[in-house]
Amino acid sequence: MTPDYSHSYLSVAVLSILDVLFILGVLGFSRLIQRRHAYPEKLTPYECGVPPIGDARIPFAVRYYIFALLFLIFEVEAVFLFPWAMTFDSLGTGGFVAMMIFIGVLLFGLIYAWGRGALEWV
Amino acid sequence: MSSPDATGRENMGAEAGRGEVDGRPILSMEEMLLNMGPQHPSTHGVLRLILHLDGELVISVDPVIGYLHRGMEKIAENRTYLQMLAMMSRMDYLSGIFMEWAYVRAVEDLMDLELPPRAEYLRVITAELNRIMSHHVAIGDFMLNLGSWTPFFWTFRDREIAMDLIEMVTGQRMMYNYMRVGGVRYDLPDEFEPACREFLDYFPAKIDEYEKLITYNEIFLSRTLGMGVIPPHEAVSQGLSGPNLRGSGVKWDLRRAEPYSVYDEFDFEVPVGTWGDAFDRYKCRIEEMRQSVRIIRQALDGLPDGPVNVKTPPMLRPPAGSIYRAVESPRGEWGVYMVSNGGLRPWRLKMRDASFVAISMLPRLLAGNKIADLIAIGGSLDVLMGGTDR
Amino acid sequence: MDIAAVAESMFRIILAFIVLLSVVMVSAVIFPFAMRRLWGFMGDRLGPNRVGPQGLFQPLADGLKLFVKEDITPLQADRLLFLAAPALALFTPTLMQVVIPFTENYTIADLNIGLIYVVAVGTFGVTGLLLGGWASNNKYSLLGGLRSAAQMISYEIPLMITIVVVGLLAGSLSLNAVVDAQESIWFVAVQPLAFIVFIIAGIAELNRTPFDLPEAESELVSGYMTEYGGMRFAFFAALIEWSNATVWALVGATLFLGGWRGPFGGSGIYLALKVAFIVFVIIWFFSTFPRLQVDQLMSFCWKILIPFSLFNLVTTGLLLALLPEYALWGIAAVSWASVILFIGLFHRALKGILLKKRLRALKGF
Repeated sequence: MTPDYSHSYLSVAVLSILDVLFILGVLGFSRLIQRRHAYPEKLTPYECGVPPIGDARIPFAVRYYIFALLFLIFEVEAVFLFPWAMTFDSLGTGGFVAMMIFIGVLLFGLIYAWGRGALEWV
Repeated sequence: MSSPDATGRENMGAEAGRGEVDGRPILSMEEMLLNMGPQHPSTHGVLRLILHLDGELVISVDPVIGYLHRGMEKIAENRTYLQMLAMMSRMDYLSGIFMEWAYVRAVEDLMDLELPPRAEYLRVITAELNRIMSHHVAIGDFMLNLGSWTPFFWTFRDREIAMDLIEMVTGQRMMYNYMRVGGVRYDLPDEFEPACREFLDYFPAKIDEYEKLITYNEIFLSRTLGMGVIPPHEAVSQGLSGPNLRGSGVKWDLRRAEPYSVYDEFDFEVPVGTWGDAFDRYKCRIEEMRQSVRIIRQALDGLPDGPVNVKTPPMLRPPAGSIYRAVESPRGEWGVYMVSNGGLRPWRLKMRDASFVAISMLPRLLAGNKIADLIAIGGSLDVLMGGTDR
Repeated sequence: MDIAAVAESMFRIILAFIVLLSVVMVSAVIFPFAMRRLWGFMGDRLGPNRVGPQGLFQPLADGLKLFVKEDITPLQADRLLFLAAPALALFTPTLMQVVIPFTENYTIADLNIGLIYVVAVGTFGVTGLLLGGWASNNKYSLLGGLRSAAQMISYEIPLMITIVVVGLLAGSLSLNAVVDAQESIWFVAVQPLAFIVFIIAGIAELNRTPFDLPEAESELVSGYMTEYGGMRFAFFAALIEWSNATVWALVGATLFLGGWRGPFGGSGIYLALKVAFIVFVIIWFFSTFPRLQVDQLMSFCWKILIPFSLFNLVTTGLLLALLPEYALWGIAAVSWASVILFIGLFHRALKGILLKKRLRALKGF
């Protein structure tokens, strides 16, 4: 018997809506019963007890973008890996070899990035 | 329009400032100014560091001190010698005995007082207990800075026992006010010696336990080896002292180099490091705790009988003159410079604090490191603002 | 569609929601308490023991206190994102449980792509943390949020590759099929290397010690949740942290420890015990290790975990293709051997690297 998967996805969707409602409900209820007394000093962003110097939202060197690029490549790779793993038996040796070449190319890319120093945190 | 500037680097306009890291050009961004401290979990009191950040990288650091300033040196000019003694242990509050000790040594040497031997032994015993307690905090806090909580609880568990011991003698756990000009305030209570011997038997095994948890941990090693290196010549020329100096491989301990009190009667080693990095400084503190245990044991064994202080006039009037006396506190050389004009009050009292020197090293040590290493290096120097700001 | 069927599916969804929420709530109440007592035990002290018998009501008291506490939004914060961040972050733990087979007969939604779903929903969590960090208009939060993004996407990769390995072994992407495939032997015995990689990468995904850089209290005060207070802080600090831990432990128990299976017929109790075991490991790590540095964290992931997990995937595939009859034995042999090799080589390699680092540091001054 094949399970009715469309029904399952529907329940995931309904559950996510219920989830949001729950969170909003808890926050709203908490908001109703709490005492609120805010003033500018309290609302100032925390910076170790002194007024913040400068702005937090500045053009800021995010050194992680190389990792983000690599992540993107590997993420796409994994999307190919999952169907391969599932149909492993039916694909046979040909499918296996093809996948090994694919992984080999990726591994080469990783080694190349490593050699170029892209994995060093600057 | 780009043209090579004096350093041979491409001049890319106004924001070309820090154009290179490890020889590779980087895209210039605005630097982020971040206040670390005074109210920060790991600035050891109220040190404030203004960081100039480029991503996670620290470009430069400006330490700001003075948040704990109480004007002790000025207060001293309006207090009699005995009154000021009560203020001394409030400076470097983790090692109060040493603060008092340097002060009373200065006054005694001005007045040319001869101390009874028992008093000197009691001073050594309490001081070494105090050193152990201070290193407990140093190691626990250092590990807390590195993100590990359990060592902190373990060291504080044992610190509690040492605290109880010192409380038996002095009646206080932090602000001892135990030293007197011409001796110490109280003799040992009867229950102290067995309790202290029990602690001395118990504690070395616990030091091994800390080392098992901390020293051989791969994460700890990779966080501390090669971090915050101070070469020996740099350490000496900056005036570092204590475990920070000895971690760099300079064998300089006032207890051995300029023996005061009865330290030359005891058999103990001065541990030194080789590389001058955070790990060596940590290791020096661990070893010093072992040596302190040895000293206390010898002092208890050879404790002479007799009075614990000499009679001094109720109003001390040291003869006119100036004097500098220092002791080896857990953080390094703690010195007192005293100028007397023969009156009831010191004409001038100046303190020398080792943490202050260590803080002056911070900008040099921290620039070019990451935020996380900044915390680790700062913790390994064991700075305490109580002594620095006075 | 008749009314009875609609009513039945409504009932099923409400039941499912109750199950999800109770897992979240129970883990947010039991595990922080367990952590504080265990941590106290390991630190040679008592831990909270005043509120209720043995301090059992401590989490409830904390929760109540946070519930009535003022919930402030800092000046210049992005109000909508600041509100949305905890909600988004809570999505992951609740929705990920949907595919977990709690007992033999109870899975909320047995998706045919359960493993992909786990990975996809797992990645979702980083959005909440990043948004929370950015929306706060606080520099510590921003740094923490960026750290969490870099860390979580990096460790996602070894995690995914090990999940693919499990999929290969089970021959299906449905979590029920994975549990069925472990009827004779648990995958932890077949693939210890994958299990170790899963635990390490999972702890990194959860931002737990030694990978707790995004909320490193000694560096970034509280990281991405520095500006959060009141109930939203409770969401971040207790609910999301611990229900994420529970859910990853549920996934780990399902993938490697045989799910609900156990002696004398399987039941949900076995699953709960396995989850408790994995959470215990997390707490144990927490009270033992210091924190890694950012670049060490990245190097460890990209230079050690990813090559090892790719190696694991390749050998598993190779053995499955070459010797289908004896594949399990072969995989187990290779995997155990590489675990021993890994542990043996790691210390030696690290020693060399650290010595080099020390020399370089001394020279560079």
